[in-house]
Amino acid sequence: MTALLELKGVTKRFRGLEALSDINLSLKSGEIVGLIGPNGAGKTTLVNVITGVHTADAGSITFNGAPIAHMRRDRIARLGVARTFQVVQPFPAMTVLENVTAAALFGGGAASIAEARDAAAHHLAFCGLTDQAGKPAANLTLAGRKRLELAKSLALRPKLLMLDEVNAGLNPAEVDAALELITRIAAQGATILLIEHLMKVVTRTARRLVVLHHGKLIADGPVASVLSDETVVEAYLGRRYAERMAGAGI
Amino acid sequence: MMLRIALPLALPFAIVAVAFVLLSQTDAYIIRLATTFGMYAALALAWNIIGGIAGYPSFATAAFFGLGAYVTAVAQNLGAPLLVGVGLAGAGAALFAGLLGSAILHLRGKYFAIASLVIAEVLRELTNSWTSVTGGGMGINLPLAKTTLLTQPQLYLAAMLFLAAAATSASMLIDRSRLGVALRCIAQNEDAAQIIGVDTRMAKTWAFVISSLFIGLVGGVYASWVTYIDPTDVYDGAMSVKPILMALLGGVGSVFGPVLGAFAYLLLEELLWRNLLEFHAGILGLLVVLLVLFLPGGLSQIRGVGLVSLPKIWRRAP
Repeated sequence: MTALLELKGVTKRFRGLEALSDINLSLKSGEIVGLIGPNGAGKTTLVNVITGVHTADAGSITFNGAPIAHMRRDRIARLGVARTFQVVQPFPAMTVLENVTAAALFGGGAASIAEARDAAAHHLAFCGLTDQAGKPAANLTLAGRKRLELAKSLALRPKLLMLDEVNAGLNPAEVDAALELITRIAAQGATILLIEHLMKVVTRTARRLVVLHHGKLIADGPVASVLSDETVVEAYLGRRYAERMAGAGI
Repeated sequence: MMLRIALPLALPFAIVAVAFVLLSQTDAYIIRLATTFGMYAALALAWNIIGGIAGYPSFATAAFFGLGAYVTAVAQNLGAPLLVGVGLAGAGAALFAGLLGSAILHLRGKYFAIASLVIAEVLRELTNSWTSVTGGGMGINLPLAKTTLLTQPQLYLAAMLFLAAAATSASMLIDRSRLGVALRCIAQNEDAAQIIGVDTRMAKTWAFVISSLFIGLVGGVYASWVTYIDPTDVYDGAMSVKPILMALLGGVGSVFGPVLGAFAYLLLEELLWRNLLEFHAGILGLLVVLLVLFLPGGLSQIRGVGLVSLPKIWRRAP
């Protein structure tokens, strides 16, 4: 199978700091890949470079055969690259329905506002937000706003969906609900890059794991082998976690 | 579907036609006031497209107004009929906005406001020094329009009311179009707008162009109405501030707010200015201070707040 997303030698510097150095990464169509790494490892920067928020200083990014390294972010979005933000980014004064309608209208390629609204209602139902549709987005709880981010991303009908810490700040019950939602999204066939701190979420959904550390890709492979990798254990997981995982037979 | 397009197009014109019939036979003072109202409403509506709906606080209204006035003056002095002269004023202002937009629309918030503020100053200096065409600081006279059916005051009353109706229609159409959705997204969170696929550059430029088109047309009609313009008159900074005050008074970002605001402002102007000739600049300043104090959040963040909700805000403030 050909790669949906292909990064070759991608490097991003902020002044002196090399946030990403020589990243080579390829995502196949339909894959669910977990991206982990300590704080400041460059996970969000990687998403920002792929979505055009930052421009890579070196290297090439190809999406679905098209070079996107120097493309404007709205064009990248319309190609089918969606992402959620770690810090949620709603249109606060619009209702939940209007938020998702806007996403369906521009990124989702709906022919008319009415068609976009229908699509939005469908995505709201999928994300369990139908009850909140008429509320201003600013009035949602954090868990609700995270769901709204997901609904907006889905409305773009993405080929690639990057979920940046969709579970950060949620309580365990909310995490379980979000996890269930992510599994359902994955079942629809989109390629997902899952950026997570919670190992529970990663190990339950992803088959493949990529580890960033100090801007470098230090591991890439099946979940079990990455989690037992010496470098990864040293850099991120810590001894105790590795032993517990080994004990649990993962 | 057809009705949804046809109604916003037809309704403002119908109202204006009735208003014209009622007003055109009244005395000169009322006609002048109503003409000024049409002009203010059109300017406030036009500013609201870029400043309210898109949330880009433009202080360039005077620039497009003055440009429109001078394009018309020069064109009519070269022999162009009134309609052609005014049309050229709108086209000139729109074209200029398109070019200018690519230079300053990537600036956000206060940076955009300051950049837009400078434009009128630059145009005024250019007009001042290009004496051979513009008459420089001496100003320029316009020929009287040839009219048969209407008297001069009636003609300009009709023209200004027509522009106000056209600006209302345009605002209503934008409000329910893709462009309107894009502009509201931009006003609330431009980065998020780009991430959901909104071509923000294109949307902002269109908003700026449409807004400037109306301002240029109003400038053109104004110049023909007063038959004499000079740079300090038409590039007056107050021309940039007034439409913002009107929109703030009536409700920034809403479709009809600016019309209501224009009416309220004109009322204030007539009552206060006339009685406080010496002090009217001070009142203008005071109005700005009051609006900023009691409409918290600053110019670019206020949306849908208007006269109706002022008492509520009053109670909430300290």
